[in-house]
Amino acid sequence: MIPSSSIGNQVINNWLSQKEFHPFEFQQETWQSIEAGKSGLVNAPTGCGKTYAVFLGAIIQFINAHPKDYQQLKNNGLQLIWITPLRALAKDIGRAMEEAIESIGLSWKVAIRNGDTSTNERSKQKKNMPEVLIITPESLHLLLTQKNYPALFESLQMIVVDEWHELLGSKRGVQTELAISRIIHCNKPLTQNGEHVKHTQILLWGISATIGNLIEAKEVLLSPLKQEGIIIKAIIDKPIEVHTIIPSEIEKYPWAGHLGIKLAYTLIPIIEKSKTTLIFINTRGMSETWYQTLLTVAPELAGAIALHHGSIEHHLRLWVEEALHTEKLKAVVCTASLDLGVDFRPVDTVIQVGSPKGVARFLQRAGRSGHRPGEISKIYFLPTHSLELVEAAALKEAIYQDAIESKEPMLLCFDVLLQYLCTLAIGEGFNEQSIFNEIKQTHCFADLQETEWREILLHLTEGGNALQQYDEYKKVEVEEGIYKIKNKQMAMRHRMHIGTIVSDAMLKVKFMSGGFIGVIEEWFISRLEPGDVFTLAGRNVELVMIKEMEVLVKKSTAKKSIVPSWMGGRMSLTANLGHILRQTFSKALGEDAGIELASLKSLFELQASLSHIPLANELLIEQIEAKDGFHLLVYPFEGRQVHEALSAILAYRIGRIMPISFSISMNDYGFELLSDQAIPLDDSNIEQLFSTENLFADIQKSINSTEMAKRKFRDIAVIGGLIFQGMPGEKKKAKHLQSSASLLFKVFEEYDPNNILLRQAYNEVMLHQMDEVRLRQALQRISQSKIVLTYPTKLTPLSFPIIVDGLNRNNLSSEQLEDRIKKMQQQLSAL
Amino acid sequence: MNAPLLHKINDQHLWLSPQRCIFWEEASALILSDTHFAKTGHFRKNGIAIPPQVYKEDLQRLINLVAHFKPTQIIAVGDLFHSYENKELDLFLKWRMDMAYTKIILVRGNHDLLHSSWYEAANIEVVEGILKMDNFSFVHDAAEINGTNNTGFHFSGHVHPGIAIRGIAKQYLQFPCFYFGKDHCILPAFSKFSGLKLMKPKKINTIYAIANGKLIQC
Repeated sequence: MIPSSSIGNQVINNWLSQKEFHPFEFQQETWQSIEAGKSGLVNAPTGCGKTYAVFLGAIIQFINAHPKDYQQLKNNGLQLIWITPLRALAKDIGRAMEEAIESIGLSWKVAIRNGDTSTNERSKQKKNMPEVLIITPESLHLLLTQKNYPALFESLQMIVVDEWHELLGSKRGVQTELAISRIIHCNKPLTQNGEHVKHTQILLWGISATIGNLIEAKEVLLSPLKQEGIIIKAIIDKPIEVHTIIPSEIEKYPWAGHLGIKLAYTLIPIIEKSKTTLIFINTRGMSETWYQTLLTVAPELAGAIALHHGSIEHHLRLWVEEALHTEKLKAVVCTASLDLGVDFRPVDTVIQVGSPKGVARFLQRAGRSGHRPGEISKIYFLPTHSLELVEAAALKEAIYQDAIESKEPMLLCFDVLLQYLCTLAIGEGFNEQSIFNEIKQTHCFADLQETEWREILLHLTEGGNALQQYDEYKKVEVEEGIYKIKNKQMAMRHRMHIGTIVSDAMLKVKFMSGGFIGVIEEWFISRLEPGDVFTLAGRNVELVMIKEMEVLVKKSTAKKSIVPSWMGGRMSLTANLGHILRQTFSKALGEDAGIELASLKSLFELQASLSHIPLANELLIEQIEAKDGFHLLVYPFEGRQVHEALSAILAYRIGRIMPISFSISMNDYGFELLSDQAIPLDDSNIEQLFSTENLFADIQKSINSTEMAKRKFRDIAVIGGLIFQGMPGEKKKAKHLQSSASLLFKVFEEYDPNNILLRQAYNEVMLHQMDEVRLRQALQRISQSKIVLTYPTKLTPLSFPIIVDGLNRNNLSSEQLEDRIKKMQQQLSAL
Repeated sequence: MNAPLLHKINDQHLWLSPQRCIFWEEASALILSDTHFAKTGHFRKNGIAIPPQVYKEDLQRLINLVAHFKPTQIIAVGDLFHSYENKELDLFLKWRMDMAYTKIILVRGNHDLLHSSWYEAANIEVVEGILKMDNFSFVHDAAEINGTNNTGFHFSGHVHPGIAIRGIAKQYLQFPCFYFGKDHCILPAFSKFSGLKLMKPKKINTIYAIANGKLIQC
């Protein structure tokens, strides 16, 4: 590509050639598109200059606008907003930008703004806005609560959303869409004749790793601009080497949930022969265990390995990141906390422990190693139970087929909208008509109906629809057509709760002698007694007491400790992978089974002798009678989410045959219905139980009789402002406003079933889990497959992981409550 | 109204009602706890839209209980009201006028923060700490009872006790309950707009779960 001849482009190209850098084609292309005033999406993996592609574009634009004095101009006002999903990324990106700015000779300032930014720094920024602001979606919303915030954006030229694939498909993505729609519109205020004061349109750029729906990703982002925009792809062929660690003694290897700790020793030679290794663990709790185990297996690694996850104290995390850059560490045990961001150049090897649950995530993690051109990304997959070896085979196949999953954007999230409107009501207030038009331009709320909008406004001003008596309700008031929150305390409380990431209340953990170690979830700590020892940030500490919102601990030398399990971190296999997994599985005992499947031969033989190995066109159903009840296992291989829905429908349909109660469990392979009585399912009724007839009505009824909506409501209630999570140092008054999501759910179900947030909980289940089209497809596939019904005498290898997985069980019952209690009491006394 | 259940202590007749209170026959007293009246109003006043019906039904339930047992006194072992004043208290006051002849004694709980003049006007006698009546003591939080002030059997509230029932095949249910120990009884929260704390009973405890408007001994 011929570089453009603009002065800005020349300055940048000269600067790069001085540093002996050669811009990639996609970088050149991005710069030219920016010069041409276009918006769009850059698709590039981490570690190949995606930051520069967009950032230098902004600089070129500035130089072109001020060709003579671009080096002298100071205090130019905000030019560029750089939205990043992770706080940890901000610092490194900022550093890279500052280096470039300095050596090009600009007088720009770069500032970071997120939850870690001090109030002092914030007020400095307020007085004198930097040219570049690196910010999280949450902090961007906080900015909108400031008085006179539109003035900040008057000089703005460009908004960049980094790692857009991470935000898309989540409520943080919706939050980002809303903030962008606001900023774009307040940048072009109307004059009295109704014309825009400024004609320069803000440019909007996203940066995304490869996902299945890149075009849609671009459309969602650019929706408020009403422009088509372009997608620029970095064509960088980076070879990936995937190695699976095969346990030497497969028979003895646990079938489920043993973290793979027994294989820890196999990692030592890998760590030793690599420069720096990142070890990705799926949950924070498991990462603590792994860190401890590696030190036990290889004590010589002490000081050369570190732990990095979201609950570790900020400074400690920064230290680890710094040490990664400077090659001081041999290995870091981490969680998704190191998924994104700038490259740690020394990293040449990545180990993934346990299933990554998705092709995109696996590729992204692999890409954290071997960044330099010509280098190979090396990733080792260590299974945590035998069946994950099948997943490893499926992952390899998916990478080969380039089957990367999509991130489906969220639609009509009323909870996020309510929060956003309150945010605006604190700052400048809003006018209902103009903000409605603005919101309609976002992808998420494009289909927002006038009636829904009325309900949203009523919820803010009256608490709910007029038929309900929401007496004395006070939140948003309307004055001369402007919606405002005037109560200072309410405004303060709202500011503290801006965000869409809902976690359990977090408590700070501190040593008695002082010194902050990290944070821990309240529900975990509330189960401990003083004197109990638990592990945090790789240390064993003893609980002394809980005071206010702080957990006070002291050092412990105890050998045994409890490893906290953080909620969440439970991911569902993506639909793509489920499909490939089904195909992989059917090859289990065949000739062309890969190394992973071949190593599982004995396990598959056991499965075959006890029950059956399902082929791609078969549906296996096992019925096992055991001491703890009657297990019905179904293996559709559709991924956890679809299984949750299918299991609820099946349980509901069986419950109509006779009064029966179920406890339901599922994983990515299949699901289990467990009952204390024989389950009436056999050849005669299978077809009917899995039929697509009456599907819609049965979906509705089974949602109503399980906890799915209630679980969704938890996040919605927090985001929508019904629940305030505990805040340190809060006064007693706020404590009187605490209630649990399940209690609120019950109250609304009984007294205000049309409540907009309650309805959203049901809608989310319908949209994400009970998607009728997807379920119909699954059931249709099932109806075309051959159903194989077996009655194994023992638990089978396939059933075991589902049965032992006790978390997130659903319950569904068609029995009378009193009958259930009576029966349970009899069972108890019979023990 | 489902029939109350007789539980005798110190030869006194205690009628446990599945409507979440106890009628003490000899003293003609209705004992209840954690009504948290006007909680929904407090939430609304602070920008959280909770419908008032749940409070109105709680109050109506109390009215029905008074009509049924015809007590001469009500002993509330704390948290009669949820927080500071709001309009929902007017509804309580209106009812209080109609029932002026029933004595109300409130053993102050951590939520009872209204001004003393308010209680006076509402004709509610407020007791700090421990109330003693015949051989019984009444306290909001049983943790306040210790070696020096422990005299006989005491009633308390505060924790909102609940009980979990488990069966085979991972069957699991939970209910509010009356929780009896050797020398004490913890009352269930009267308000339906309240959570549960699951108790871990030992052999000496007697538990009455409240399920579907019935009492079930576990």
